[in-house]
Amino acid sequence: MAKVLVYIDNPGTSLKKSSLELLTLGRALGETAVALNGKLHDDVAAAFAEYGVGTVLLPSAEDLDDFLVAPKAAYLAAAAGQAGADIVLLDNSPEGKEIAARAGIRLNAGVITDVVAVDADGTAHKSVLAGSYNTACKAGTAVSVLTVKANNVVPEPAAAPAALETVTVEVPAVSAAARITAREQKVASGRPDLTDARIVVAGGRGLDGDFGPVEELADALGAAVGASRAATDAGWISHDAQVGQTGKTVSPQLYISAGISGAIQQKAGMQTAKVIVAVNKDAESPVFEIADFGIVGDLFDVLPQATAEIKKRKG
Amino acid sequence: MKIIVLVKHVPDAQFDRHLTGEGYTTDRDESILSELDEYALEAALQLAEARGGAKAGNQVIALSMGPSGAVNAIKKALQIGATEGVHLTDDALAGSDAAATSLALAAAIRHLGSDAPVDLVLTGMASTDGETSLVPAQLAERLDLPQVTFASSLEVDGGRLTARRDADTSSETVEAPLPAVVSVTDQINEPRYPNFKGIIAAKRKSITTLSLADIGVDPAQVGHAGSWTSVLSAEERPPRTAGTIITDEGDAGIKLVDFLAAQKLL
Ligand SMILES: Cc1cc2nc3c(=O)[nH]c(=O)nc-3n(C[C@H](O)[C@H](O)[C@H](O)COP(=O)(O)OP(=O)(O)OC[C@H]3O[C@@H](n4cnc5c(N)ncnc54)[C@H](O)[C@@H]3O)c2cc1C
Ligand SMILES: Cc1cc2nc3c(=O)[nH]c(=O)nc-3n(C[C@H](O)[C@H](O)[C@H](O)COP(=O)(O)OP(=O)(O)OC[C@H]3O[C@@H](n4cnc5c(N)ncnc54)[C@H](O)[C@@H]3O)c2cc1C
Repeated sequence: MAKVLVYIDNPGTSLKKSSLELLTLGRALGETAVALNGKLHDDVAAAFAEYGVGTVLLPSAEDLDDFLVAPKAAYLAAAAGQAGADIVLLDNSPEGKEIAARAGIRLNAGVITDVVAVDADGTAHKSVLAGSYNTACKAGTAVSVLTVKANNVVPEPAAAPAALETVTVEVPAVSAAARITAREQKVASGRPDLTDARIVVAGGRGLDGDFGPVEELADALGAAVGASRAATDAGWISHDAQVGQTGKTVSPQLYISAGISGAIQQKAGMQTAKVIVAVNKDAESPVFEIADFGIVGDLFDVLPQATAEIKKRKG
Repeated sequence: MKIIVLVKHVPDAQFDRHLTGEGYTTDRDESILSELDEYALEAALQLAEARGGAKAGNQVIALSMGPSGAVNAIKKALQIGATEGVHLTDDALAGSDAAATSLALAAAIRHLGSDAPVDLVLTGMASTDGETSLVPAQLAERLDLPQVTFASSLEVDGGRLTARRDADTSSETVEAPLPAVVSVTDQINEPRYPNFKGIIAAKRKSITTLSLADIGVDPAQVGHAGSWTSVLSAEERPPRTAGTIITDEGDAGIKLVDFLAAQKLL
């Protein structure tokens, strides 16, 4: 049976949905251990056991968060060696990919990003070139490092919980690392996280500075709020909400695009959504070429009407 | 300062892009300088100009690894303002994955630093074709240099740099000594376009061609053969097609909800 190591960074007091997805995927591939960075809270330990994790590896050093990527990668590579891992799984966030990148060099291991599924033999599937190809890729090395996109696995606890043991990993010294000298925490919106939300409602330049209609529809649907770069560049909403080539890539069940023209860089981030709905007053907008349901109309009429109707139906 | 800017030659995303051949590599017929590398070049030019530009001995070297056509990405960088170009090209490089690419680029960067040390290696946040963002981090690992990636601002003062990095839950200020590997986002600046003067000046700038032998890399370590990952199969997905398009006649919001209900999305 393959040995799988899942890297989880600072879960705090509860595991994110994407972490549960990694644990579920790991268990399907073999025997799962976790390399944790940060404190192991009791509730998180319980969740690990529930998901069938037998071993949690912890770094000997507590200052990994003070530096950018390098020491975390050194730790993960050491942990993979200690656990005898054949497959290392990380989330597909920018930092996840970079930790994977460097750990891959340290482990002489191929790294595959943007993975949506993994076969029993370690073959990874990913969609590339803005969703225009589905590919199967494989690392020919003894260890494979895979970064897995959110929302592709249904989290499922193990049939029987595991007995959890913790092991310390000596973190190798890293001579060259950039130091994080200040960190400003961002305020959480209270809405679902954009990258793993089931529904995203996104707004663009057509909102003309007023994200109200988008936010209200999002809240009625329990959705995350996204935006085009035109909207984030204008400062109407935080850059974190940007969807597209230089923002987030999302693949929700439903993406509602309002007042967004559908430039190629925007499409790059959302065209793998299951269902796309577009509201735009210009019938010639390229967004209609990829919309399953398109409404040529004024978003300031359509969105509030839809929000009111949803509230009515949901009672 | 001596700055190396990494520029990748990629298929233009405005056209249909294809994976071809045995290793399913990208077809490069309609290729351009990867859009996101223009931000790295602009950042380099601004640092050089703030120190008196080329006249004061500042170098901005555009380095690209790729087949013969990649020289066009270098030429574009020279037109925009890079002071010299370096083209790493060798048949054995074809099909390199990120690990092999970073191995070859790291060797090229060491080679370029053999006369006078390199202060900074600047890259884009991701290429617009492979889009893995693996190369900058792997370069830092291989060169044993500090990694400062996804920088949305960058200042260099003396031998140190300060950058800002926007993560999901926080914004970070990051500091590192030079030399370092820095990747920049599209938030960092507004790249300039080549002007007429730049296009003329570029004709007089030199482009050095390097082979694997020049940089001391064993061909077996790169290309399809030396890569740690391979593409086993690639299937073109049918492009998304348009569905139902309606024009609002005063009840489109209701129809939208009907559609969501029919799709079981409420
Ligand atoms: C290197 C680079 C990276 C980029 N990365 C991204 C990225 O990650 N994500 C991204 O989104 N963009 C990105 N862009 C920008 C992209 O090219 C477009 O400029 C941007 O997506 C346009 O945003 P928009 O659709 O909101 O604005 P516009 O193109 O101006 O479209 C606004 C739309 O709103 C419609 N509209 C106006 N008023 C109303 C109304 N009342 N009701 C209904 N419809 C209305 C208009 O008909 C129009 O179609 C990038 C560009 C570059 C160069
Ligand atoms: C669709 C697709 C998917 C791929 N998936 C994977 C994968 O999962 N794992 C893997 O190991 N390889 C993968 N590859 C191969 C990978 O793209 C190549 O190895 C490529 O040479 C470097 O990776 P990148 O394009 O992702 O660059 P990134 O790491 O995204 O590039 C970041 C920056 O590095 C610099 N840079 C990158 N390549 C060059 C170059 N040739 N010359 C100069 N500067 C450069 C540029 O400044 C660029 O902005 C994939 C390729 C394709 C086409």
